Parts: sequence; C-alpha cells; structure tokens
Amino acid sequence: MNIPILSSLIFLPTIGAIFIFFSRSKNEKYNSSKYVALFITIANFFLSIYLWLIFDQSTSDFQFVETREWIPGFINYKVGVDGISILFIILTTFITPICVVSVNKTIKSRLKDFLISILLLETLMIGVFCSLDLVIFYLFFEGGLIPMFLIIGIWGGERRVYSAFKFFLFTLLGSVLMLVAIISIYWLTGTTDVEKLYEIGIDAKYQNLLWLAFFSSFAVKTPMWPVHTWLPDAHVEAPTAGSVILAAILLKMAGYGFIRFSIGLFPIGSEYFVPLVFILSLIAIIYTSLVALMQEDMKKLIAYSSVAHMGFVTLGIFTLTQQGLEGSIFQMVSHGLVSAALFLCVGVVYERMHTRLIKDYGGLVSIMPKYAIVFMIFALGSLSLPGTSGFIGEFLILMGAFKKNFLVATVASLGVILGAAYILWLYKRVIFGKIKNQEVTKMLDLNKYEILILWSLAVPIIFFGFYPEPLINTMEVSINNLIDMYNSNLSNNIVMSK
Amino acid sequence: MNIDLNLILPEIFLSLSIMSLLMIGVFKKKSSNLIFNLSILTLFILAALILNLSSVNKILIFNNSYVIDDIANFMKILTAISAIFVLSISTDFLKSLKIYQIEYPILILCSILGMMVMISSNDLIVFYIGLELQSLALYVLAAFNRDNVLSSESGLKYFVLSALSSGLLLYGCSLIYGFTGSTNFNEIANNTNQVPYGLTFGIVFILVGLAFKISAVPFHMWAPDVYQGSPTSVTLFFALVPKIAATCVFIRFLYVPFVNMIEQWQMIIIFISIASMIFGAVAAIGQKNLKRLIAYSSIGHMGYSLAGIATGSSEGAQSTIIYITIYVIMNLALFCCLFMLKRNNEYFENIEDLSGLSKNHPILSLSLLIILFSLAGIPPLAGFFAKFYIFMAVIEQSMFFLAIIGLLSTVVAAFYYLRIIKIIYFDPSKEKYDSNHSLGLRISLIVSTIFLVFYFTYPNSLLGIISKINII
Repeated sequence: MNIPILSSLIFLPTIGAIFIFFSRSKNEKYNSSKYVALFITIANFFLSIYLWLIFDQSTSDFQFVETREWIPGFINYKVGVDGISILFIILTTFITPICVVSVNKTIKSRLKDFLISILLLETLMIGVFCSLDLVIFYLFFEGGLIPMFLIIGIWGGERRVYSAFKFFLFTLLGSVLMLVAIISIYWLTGTTDVEKLYEIGIDAKYQNLLWLAFFSSFAVKTPMWPVHTWLPDAHVEAPTAGSVILAAILLKMAGYGFIRFSIGLFPIGSEYFVPLVFILSLIAIIYTSLVALMQEDMKKLIAYSSVAHMGFVTLGIFTLTQQGLEGSIFQMVSHGLVSAALFLCVGVVYERMHTRLIKDYGGLVSIMPKYAIVFMIFALGSLSLPGTSGFIGEFLILMGAFKKNFLVATVASLGVILGAAYILWLYKRVIFGKIKNQEVTKMLDLNKYEILILWSLAVPIIFFGFYPEPLINTMEVSINNLIDMYNSNLSNNIVMSK
Repeated sequence: MNIDLNLILPEIFLSLSIMSLLMIGVFKKKSSNLIFNLSILTLFILAALILNLSSVNKILIFNNSYVIDDIANFMKILTAISAIFVLSISTDFLKSLKIYQIEYPILILCSILGMMVMISSNDLIVFYIGLELQSLALYVLAAFNRDNVLSSESGLKYFVLSALSSGLLLYGCSLIYGFTGSTNFNEIANNTNQVPYGLTFGIVFILVGLAFKISAVPFHMWAPDVYQGSPTSVTLFFALVPKIAATCVFIRFLYVPFVNMIEQWQMIIIFISIASMIFGAVAAIGQKNLKRLIAYSSIGHMGYSLAGIATGSSEGAQSTIIYITIYVIMNLALFCCLFMLKRNNEYFENIEDLSGLSKNHPILSLSLLIILFSLAGIPPLAGFFAKFYIFMAVIEQSMFFLAIIGLLSTVVAAFYYLRIIKIIYFDPSKEKYDSNHSLGLRISLIVSTIFLVFYFTYPNSLLGIISKINII
C-alpha cells in the first residue's frame, strides 16, 4: 500500500474547502456548495471505514505510518493510527456529514463560509487523532481554535461574542503551557516523535512538571472542573452544528490526549497525579450533575451533562486498568454519538419555537410522536441504560474504578443516578405533561432530513449497546500494550530509585 | 591600503542614485512619478547587488570598521525588499494626501543608506554615523504632512526624544571608548575580560539608545503618538524598516563587542523583553485607533524578538532574525489592509470603521482574519512559527520564566486581535469602501497573505536560509 491513506483522510476536507471557496454560485442558497461538502465528508467517511477494514487489529504498532521531512533534522510530519486513534477518526468522519446535513435550515447567512469552516475543522480534528509528532499534534490541536471561534462567533446566538472569546482564550491559555512542555521535551530528548519518545522515555524528575503542563491544556479542553465554565457558554451560543462538533469531537481530543500523551509519555507523572484527577473527576460528576438538574435551558443542561460524562471519561482513563481505559474510549465514542444527537434534538425544537427554555415546552408527545421516540432513545443512551452504548462505557469505567479504589467508584456510581435524574426530568418536562404553551400545538413533526440524521445516530447507539465487540476488539491490543508499557515504566523507575 | 570597492558597491550605488535622483527631481518639473518609479528600481538593483555579495564570507574592510557577512547581507536584502513594498503600496495614499513629492522616496532612500551602514558597522563611530543618517531622514518623514498638526507634532516629538536617545547612545559609546581604549567592536571584545563599572554604564546607555529605536518598554512612549500622527505610509515605514536595522545592530552589539559580558546585559534584555511583551499586550486592549494599536502591538512584538537575543546563543539570534522577517511580512500585509479602507479619497483608521467589513469585502476581511490570527501567533499561520522558534531558543537555555511569561502574554494579546476580528466578522456592516485599489497594493496583500497561510507547508524556506547565517 503506497497510497497515503491518512494524509488523504486529513486533507480531503481541505481540498473540498478550497473548492467551495473558489466556486462562485449565483444562487443565494449555495446549494451546490452544500452538496460538495456533503459529498466530500461522506467520501471521507467511507475512506475511514475502508481504513478500519484493512486495519490490523492484532498488533499494537502504529499502522499506515507516513513520515515526511518537514523541518529538516528537527520535526517530521508523521502520522499513523493504532487501535485507539482509529475509533476517534471514524467518529469524526461520521459526525461531520451529519453536521453538514443539519445546516439545512439552521444556518441562514453565509452558508458557504460555514461549510468551509466545518471542512477545515474536520481536517484539523482528524489531524489531531493521526499525528505522531508532538509539534504536528500541537499545530492541529490549536489550529482548530480558529474555525470554532468563527463558528460560534458568526453563527451563534445572542451572547456569541462573549462565548466565542471565552472559548478561545480559555483554550489558548491552557495550550500555551503545553507548548512550553513540548519544546522542553525536545530539548530533553532530542525528538518530538511520539513513537521514539515511547521507546526512550522521559527523565523521571521532569515528568511531574511536564504532566502538569499537558494537563493544563487537556483539562481545559475536556473540560474538567473548575475550568469547565467555557463549555456551557460555548454550547448555548453555538449553532447546532457547532455544538454537535464541539461536544462530539472537540472534547474527545482532550481525552485522546490524556491517553496518548499523559499516560503514554509520563507514566510516573500520571501515577503521581492520579488522586488529583480522581478528585476533579468526582467533583465534575457530582457537582455538574447537580448543576445540570437545575438548568432551565435545554442546551445548557446537556452541556453540563457533557462535563459530567467527561468526568467519567477522565476517571476511567486514570484508573489505568484495561477495563477503565476501554470503558473511557467506549464512553467517548458513545458520548460523541449521544451528545451530538441530543444537541440535534434541541436544535429541532429550537428551529420551530426559537426558544430553548424547558418551561416553554411540554406535552410534545402528542404533537411530535416521532420526535418523542428518538429523543427517548438518546435520553436513555445518555443515562446509560443497558442496551445502549452508554451503558457499556460507564459499566467498564466503574469496573475499572472498583478495581482501583472502592470509595471513588462508589461516589462515581452516585453520579449515574444523578445522570438518570436530570435527563429523565428533562424528558418528562419537555415531552410529557400537559400542553401549557399553545404555540407548541403548531409544531410539525420531524421532516425526512431530521429523521435521517437522528436515526443514523440512534442506530449505532443501540447497535454498539448490544454488540460492542467491534469497538472493543479494535482497541484491545493497543490498550493492552499501553498498560504494559505503563507498568513496566513504573516498575523500572521503582527499581532505579531503589 | 588596498580595498576591494566591489564589497561596498551596494552602498556606493545607493549614494550615487540618491544624488542623481535628487538632481532629476529638482531640475525636472512634475517628476514625482518618475522619481518614485526610479527609486523602486534603485531598490531592486540594490537588492540584486547585495545578493551578488552573498557568496562573500565575512570580510572586514576599512581598518576593520566595516563588515560584510551573512547577517548583514540578509538584513540589507530584507530592508531593501520591504522598502520596495513600502514605496509601491503607499503611492495612492500619498497622492490622496497631496504629499506625493519627490522628497519622499529620496528621504526613504537616505534612511536606507543609513540603515545599511548601521547594519554593516563594526565600529562605534561608523555605527553612529549610520544611525544619524537614518534618523535625520526619519525626523523629516514623520513631519512630512506638514499642514497637519498631528503630523508636525509627531515629527517634533520623535525628533526631541530620538535626539535624546542618540545623545545617551553617544555617551555610552564614549564611556566604552574610555574604558576599553578602542571604538572597534573586535578590540572592545578583546578588552572586556575584566569589567569595570564604567563599562557596564556604557552598555546600559547603549542599550537604552537602541531600545528607544525599536520602541521597547520602557522607552516606547514616543511610538503610539508618532505612529498615529504620521501619515500612514510613514507609519508603515516606521513600523517595519528601522526595526530591521535596529534588531541587527542589537544582535551585532551584544554578540560582538559585549559577547564576554553576557552577565551584565542579559538581565537587562530579559527585563526589557518581558516588560515589552506584557505592556504591548495590555496597553493595546483599550485602543480605538488602528495605528495606535499597531504601535502597541509592535512594542509587544519587539519584546518577543528581544527574547531571542536575550538567550545569548546563536540559535537565539537566528530565531530573532526569523521573527523580525515574519513580523515585517505580517505588518506589511496589515498596512495593505489599512490602505484599502478608503472611501471618497478619505482614509479610515479607527477600529470601529472595520465594523461588519466581511459583508461587503469578503476577500479583504479574510486576509485581515489571517493576518490578525497570525499576529496573535495561532498555528498553523506563520506568526506561530515566529514565536515557536523564539521559544525554542529560549527554552533551550532553560529560561522557563521568560518563556512562560511570553506565552501567557500572547494569550492577553490574542484578546485584542480577536476584538478586531469580532468587529470585522460579528458586528453589523457599514458603508462600502472603494474597491479600486492599485495593482501594487493588491499584489502586496495577496503575496504576503499567501505567505502567512502557506508558510507551514514548507517552513524550511526561511529557516534554511537563516540557519546558515553565522552570527559571530
């Protein structure tokens, strides 16, 4: 295989974006550019599925590695996938076409610019998950700020400016410290190549500081309590497609970063800071679930639920057990699908009523029965009912947590109950009950586009709930290897310090 | 004494051109167009002549007081090329202000001659002559729009403060001469094995003078007023070209005569660098006038470029050269946009005038977006790489404090760049601006913006040239 399949995956959307940029259409609706974007993103999705099919699940090595000299003698452009990153790539290529379809009505002005932003963002997101060089990773990771800033700022709601700024500055502030750490790693080891760094390892005495620097960036992006405050604002103000990308993929970059870099590069640092991560994750799970209970805005509620779910993810990652890590990745994929779907659901009713307040709704079940069904599936997926993908994730995470620390696992389990409480209460207030608002009666049920989008999300949620094998099999060997490497690094260090 | 005059052919050529252009201008009526074009041609030939010397390995001439080496050649070419752009994009502006006169390009050429002497100087006296030649031309340029009160004020302000700093610099030079017994850089370096206090004072005075020239904190006070008051085309020149020469002189001073005294000057440079980064970022937030904002942003950028020099390593100096190169390109592009904000022969320079620009002028706004994100240092644009190389060098020397302060102030600085982007993209639109811009302006904007966007595809384009430069 000499086709650079990963680079094509990364840069195909860019080519699409350039094409749309130069295409001039007289039609105000820019339909043609939408079809171009749709075509490109679906092609990319199939390409990634093809990648998955030819992916060798029996090895933990990086596959499809491409290396090109970029800055001679210093940084190489190096991309590759293993069992962990390939799942995120597929998630990305799956969610992006859904976003493109969903812009049908929500984006009223400058559709062309919006599509360009989405496509560029896809390039950057896939790049993050593929890159095997710290500097390349940083480029993709930070570059994503620009399109997202514009998506929130141009097409967002009333307080979009505030939210866009908050999003941008929070993330940038976290990331600059990571840049310092990356450069320090270069001077410590002489390379920024992740594979080589895995082999060489990093001097134990620097690991804690470096871990903290990476943590500052990923914690903001995850987001972990107490730096999560940008997320509700960004979600509420972003247009639906923006919220979907933000919740489904951008947050996962941080989880992926924890696994690939924090654990992979700094095992000693990770071990040292496990209690910190546990405490922050537990606070995120319990506190933000409670906050979510009290929200009056649907999008805000889902945003806070994202924080809580990501709390489970970080908890699972730092249990550093096979189950915990598998659960975290599973939970990230599942949350990517569920939260995307929930934001789309909110988008559906927002388009019709132009309000996101829960109290304005009620009794939708008799007006929009089809909507009520899909919303039910996603609500159940969010509270991780057995039979949905959310269950597998949370179950594995809690299993890993029980192995590590009983108390932590018990508290986290409480979070599951709270999670059920806020999402069911939301569902009850919006879908059931009496019709209080006469406007609601005028609402139309889902149109065919919305049915297509929402069911295409519902199917994998249920499918992976019953049959998680494909995902688990893909990541298993890589995670095994990661944990082996982690443990051997730790024991080596103990031997050395003795 | 046998001197190969070919080595200073560029300087000789430039001096002769200035004189002949002046003659043509004086004796031929209505020749401003001709002089402008000839000046641009002169600069092209100048760049070619310097390029021709690039095979020369470091050569000292005139009793070791004048040096031709890689860094000098690179900086001179950069100066000449940026001056070409400056002249070619400012013609429309000068015409509409009715100051399209022959003196303008000739003064610019004079100051470039001064800069070339500064860049190549290896002797305090030669350096001072070059500095004064460029400064005198700049004083006149600042006050060029003499019917405008602001312009005259800025000219006077610049003159008074700059003269003061030149005085300090000269005093520093005399102290150094007094304590080392020579004005030649190499001999000074040989005589600084032990450091009397007087010598330290001399260095401080020289650094103050130089910091003034590149408007680094705490000697920045003139910059906002002068930038705002001068005609925009002169502001453009101020923001770019003198900084190239001054940075080169900074490197030359610290790496040649004072190379053994790094303990004495390192703390000073670190302080100036940190102060400039923070001040530039914080003070720009409240600005309403774009030119003033550019002044503060350039103060911040000078802070970063000094951070590279502060390392005292040759990687640091190289990263500073890369930084200043990318800085020049970014600012050039930014000023191109500023020149495009024209309606009925009137130029706009308030940030509010950009409101909703993206509705009516999508291409211009997109360029501004790229330029501003690049100035803020967001990857993958060129501005990020400029900062990246600086911090590479800084962290190599384990100066984490400097690196972290610098990176945190980029976050603060990002705020005011974002504010402009917000005004362009998120705010309601205003009246349309003219779209009949000159070809030179369009080409400059497109070329520089494309450079900023696509630099990341081939970063070696700049790095490859600069990493070959032998600093010392």
